[in-house]
Amino acid sequence: MTGRVGRAEPVTTLVGRPPSVAAEADASETDASRGARLRFLPRVNPVTRLAAAILVTTPLLFTIDWLSAAIALVLQLALFLLAGVRPSTMLRRCWPILVAAPLAGLSMLLYGRPAGTEHWSFWLARITDGSIELAIAVTLRVLAIGLPAVLLFLDVDPTELADGLAQVWRLPSRFVLGALAGARLIGLFLDDWRAMGMSRRARGIGDHGALQRFATMAFALLVLAIRRGSKLATAMEARGFGARAARSWARPSSIGGADAVLLFIALAVAACAIGGAILAGTFHPVWS
Amino acid sequence: MSGTGDGRPAPAGVEARGWGWRHAGRRRWAIDGLDLSVAPGERVLLVGPSGSGKSTVLHALAGVNDGAEEGESVGEMLIDGLRPAERRGRSGLVLQDPDSQVVLSKVGDDVAFGCENLGIERSEIWSRVRDALDAVGLQLPLDHPTSRLSGGQKQRLALAGAIAMRPGLLLLDEPTANLDPAGVAEVRDAVSRVLDRTGATLVVVEHRVDVWHRLVDRMVVLGRDGRVIADGRPAEVLVSARAELLAAGVWVPGEPLEVGSARAVTVPGDEALLRGHELTIGRSAVRPLLAEIELAVPAGASTVLTGPNGAGKSTLALTLGGLIRPLAGRVAAAPALARGLGGDPAGWRSRELLSRIGTVFQEPEHQFVARTVRAELGVALRALGAKDAAARIEPVLERLRLAHLAEANPFTLSGGEQRRLTVASVLVARPGVVILDEPTFGQDRLTWIELVRLVRELTDDGVAVLSVTHDAAYREALGDVRYALGADALAEGRAA
Repeated sequence: MTGRVGRAEPVTTLVGRPPSVAAEADASETDASRGARLRFLPRVNPVTRLAAAILVTTPLLFTIDWLSAAIALVLQLALFLLAGVRPSTMLRRCWPILVAAPLAGLSMLLYGRPAGTEHWSFWLARITDGSIELAIAVTLRVLAIGLPAVLLFLDVDPTELADGLAQVWRLPSRFVLGALAGARLIGLFLDDWRAMGMSRRARGIGDHGALQRFATMAFALLVLAIRRGSKLATAMEARGFGARAARSWARPSSIGGADAVLLFIALAVAACAIGGAILAGTFHPVWS
Repeated sequence: MSGTGDGRPAPAGVEARGWGWRHAGRRRWAIDGLDLSVAPGERVLLVGPSGSGKSTVLHALAGVNDGAEEGESVGEMLIDGLRPAERRGRSGLVLQDPDSQVVLSKVGDDVAFGCENLGIERSEIWSRVRDALDAVGLQLPLDHPTSRLSGGQKQRLALAGAIAMRPGLLLLDEPTANLDPAGVAEVRDAVSRVLDRTGATLVVVEHRVDVWHRLVDRMVVLGRDGRVIADGRPAEVLVSARAELLAAGVWVPGEPLEVGSARAVTVPGDEALLRGHELTIGRSAVRPLLAEIELAVPAGASTVLTGPNGAGKSTLALTLGGLIRPLAGRVAAAPALARGLGGDPAGWRSRELLSRIGTVFQEPEHQFVARTVRAELGVALRALGAKDAAARIEPVLERLRLAHLAEANPFTLSGGEQRRLTVASVLVARPGVVILDEPTFGQDRLTWIELVRLVRELTDDGVAVLSVTHDAAYREALGDVRYALGADALAEGRAA
């Protein structure tokens, strides 16, 4: 046996001291960017923003020319800057789109339908005048569709969106609130995932290939998610959720003039983009 | 709505006659032949062995296991003479798991949720929300994020959400089982205040009798088959049904635990199996939790680590267990433990770690990877390539009383059985160091005694055991070496 057994009462040793690093910095920063002081947009109901995003982006899906996307993108950037979205915020929030757009463009550049002069080729990849134009059009298009989808929802609280979906759009409250409460569990799943990863290492099965480990952990997480979900459903039901009585709403959700203005702006952007392309003769519908 | 005009709901009465319940797809009735009558305003503590259907009774009273897809019932269960499903809002239920009860992301919205479902007027909802938060002692802004609440605060939030519905019957299903001692007191005091204000009827299920017995005026003991075997004033039932209560694993107040007490061990600097040197710990580099930690875990003794919530106890245990890398400093395994490997457990392969340091996590469900109890024990042995797998599994199954459950699915076990299984699945690999994170959380008295005796057997066999715990009795019994996370860290943990 290691250590000496003594007769004295065990003594408690205090260990550790608080770290010197100020740990509060990153929390306050995310709060600031969440509540980014926007103009005009905060007065618009989240469901209207959803409608506006659909209005702006859907027409862009029907044509594959560079001009319509460029017009839409320029107008959007100007409008978001006017609304008080700082360029740094745009970069931070939109980086996945900023990465995806040139990648989509690159694949068009190499493998897009060849037309006109050929500049370079290797096996299946061919860079031609046509594929260059296509690459530019696709890059701009991904940006013009992705940007409003992210930026319109910068400061949207999911609860407010749910309130709007149920009260303004009259979607079934059972469905909307169920989805909202379920979404809150995602944060718990991240902790679960980390704990499961550590537990697999502790249990001697952490050396497997990443793919196999991912598959077994995903299945285990699914089991856990179902159990958490059913516990949450019980708690919600115990608070009268799903009862037949008419539900009331603690937070009012309504629409007004600001909502009409945003819808008009969205329509105008779409009209400028498509109209400009038709006038310039670059309009190229996907079905042609 | 029934009420007395001043916002106080009339307390509800409960009547069960020959009531029974069987979960869908099960052959056995969870509870059968229950006869119980609770008068309006009574405060009842319901106890019994696990599997006696206590929670089932509460769920039925809350009207949440109504409907053919969940199971079938016999007999009658009535609130104020009507079926619970027809009396939505007459009862409010608080469950055991703090994390699975939060519905919305802001404190005020979460409390309002039940009122909305009952169709209460908007202005009335918000005045009820403020009243309820005040009654449970949660002085927080209405838009405070629910994700930042402690376990005790989450349970008080769930209580506020229940009482905002102004129920005449409050149902509590082990509401303090997952909490540390401070959280337990918080919730118990909040319940006491709420009952004094509302006069509601109370039915609470709990095996920690000491938490509730002064607050209730009646104690009902269910037998293994779900029938009432004792019923009366708590002080009398604790005497008359003492044997049954002890056999059921109930924590009878004042009953000695019959486990040995800790043996003071001094750890000479160089004899520890596992040491932490100038450790800075944390789960991410931007948020270090604690710095300059020096500690040693000796072989053949039980080391106990205590400290307030959020101070980093679990993180420290996982760091020592080679599962999280320290942010600074180092973890050093003695050559006797490393057996030819480098001294840093975080650098070992998973398979190498398994037979050297075994970690039992707080949440058993994070640990299960197999479909049966037996297969769960086989996982480690297969990883080690052990040829005598069957011969090593059987004794561990016997020792932890799991043999009769060998073919059961780990997820279907009771809390105590799950805890024993997670310990067993570590012990089959025969590690030199065993790390236990809150091993006695929410455990009944029988499982508790069993765990403490098991740890003592392990240390007698020369194993080093390190436990993270809030449990004072556990520390008395097993704190051969005692560490508390620093005094400053203590103050900071309170503030968080």
